[in-house]
Amino acid sequence: MSVPMNYLDGNAAAGELSRIFAMDITSAEGQCANCGAMGRFAEAHLYVQCPGLVARCALCGYVLLRCVNTEQHVFLDLRGMKYLALATTQLQEAGS
Amino acid sequence: MTWRSATVVGLRDETATARTIALAVRDWPSHIAGQHVDVRLTAPDGYSAVRSYSIASAPNSDGRIEITVERLANGEVSPYLTKELLVGDDLELRGPIGGWFVWRRDQTEPIQLVAGGSGIVPLMAMIRSRASVGSTAPFRLLYSVREPGAVLYGDELRALSDQDHSVIVTYAYTRATPKDSSRPPGRIDAMLIATGTWPSNLNPTSYVCGPTSFVEHANDLLIAAGHGRENIRTERFGATGERK
Amino acid sequence: MAIISRGFAGRRSTADAKLPPGQYLTTDFPVLSAGPTPHIPLDRWEFTIDDGSNLLKRWNWKSFRELPTETITVDIHCVTRWSKFGTSWEGVSLDVLLADVKTDLSYTMFRSYGDYTTNLPLKDVVNKQAWIAFKFNGADLEPEHGGPARLLVPHLYFWKSAKWVRGLTLMPHDKPGFWEGLGYHIYGDPWLEQRYSDQ
Repeated sequence: MSVPMNYLDGNAAAGELSRIFAMDITSAEGQCANCGAMGRFAEAHLYVQCPGLVARCALCGYVLLRCVNTEQHVFLDLRGMKYLALATTQLQEAGS
Repeated sequence: MTWRSATVVGLRDETATARTIALAVRDWPSHIAGQHVDVRLTAPDGYSAVRSYSIASAPNSDGRIEITVERLANGEVSPYLTKELLVGDDLELRGPIGGWFVWRRDQTEPIQLVAGGSGIVPLMAMIRSRASVGSTAPFRLLYSVREPGAVLYGDELRALSDQDHSVIVTYAYTRATPKDSSRPPGRIDAMLIATGTWPSNLNPTSYVCGPTSFVEHANDLLIAAGHGRENIRTERFGATGERK
Repeated sequence: MAIISRGFAGRRSTADAKLPPGQYLTTDFPVLSAGPTPHIPLDRWEFTIDDGSNLLKRWNWKSFRELPTETITVDIHCVTRWSKFGTSWEGVSLDVLLADVKTDLSYTMFRSYGDYTTNLPLKDVVNKQAWIAFKFNGADLEPEHGGPARLLVPHLYFWKSAKWVRGLTLMPHDKPGFWEGLGYHIYGDPWLEQRYSDQ
């Protein structure tokens, strides 16, 4: 199927989300609250061409995470994941 | 992660449409091959645009990085970076970003790199990182491009693959091939995966990078060839700005 | 303080007196989407009106296309700051779709194929303010721009003009839709620059 695919992946959200998370989100493991699929956030389908950032489960399309920047707040909705496990060894800005 | 200032210290055209920009970055903490930076441009009236670019250079302690930017016809930022930017100009950037789509120099398993178009950039950082520490991890690259003129880093890849096949490079041309090509133009397929990549029983870690449709296609082919999903890492490129 | 990039202007055209505050003019038509483009076969498409308990009206594509249509030319304004002047649409007015609907409910939630929703006061979708549009610039509305049909409510920010619309639910109270529940303004008047809920 050669449909132009209008999504990226969790890697493209990392810069924006680095403002909120002290640990690397791309290698974080999460579980979809809808279908139960487990995966790395890097593999989530990411929609960025919209008034916010929307990450969807690569398997079932359910919204895992949404993020909106207003002038005064960052709104974050994580209800689409049962959990997100970020590795404490993966701090931002740890180049090695 | 805060925005840092970076100064353009070098410009190098790679192809007719791609340019490498060398940047000296204030307080740069070094990086891991595969990571990217976000670049922010701000117009005098405050309007700003942010785009992500993979770091093309190997990790080092010089406080310098290189990014390679492909000029998109309808782009808002890439025409500026590839045509207007001058040595001495300042940019803002944020990073290094990403902890999953990375190759660390202590990895010893076979590595399969699969690049679609400008997806070669972060994979080239991995190749350069490996060379900079003399790693002997077995590396193969399957590089899909439209035509020979679109190949990035061609001389460097040729030199590396000539050195005792240090990195084995297989090209796939989708629109126009070189005269001596044994394969007609076309997308990568199961046959090319079978002949041009590490077999799955070697348990390689694969890194696939390029436009989303390329990544999905390559990913499907690798899975069909027996690679485990957990051994394949992907990074999708695409329009993060607005398009027509 | 941001570093100013010498010579960078972005894709904008020069400012125009008719622009709402904070907007710039664009000549292309950016595609924004929070999810995959749904592909709805016309023989399965429908538009429904309900009140939360009862189905009040339903059209399939055939009966929908038998309704009287209008061609309108309007300016549209996206909360991401681009505005586009003189866009031409053909569609069915919500006045036609709501003609036989008697209700004392004052709010609506428009629902799309996929999971998108957006809320509007009923008084903002009647009196020649809203259409279900199926043609853009004389051609069938493309899927990436919301085809087969989208809501068009040009007097509010364009996130309210829900793509791939499938129906509306009448409600007694205003409730936030997809973006309104995550920081965007519950109403969204571009002339009052009502972008966010926390302003």
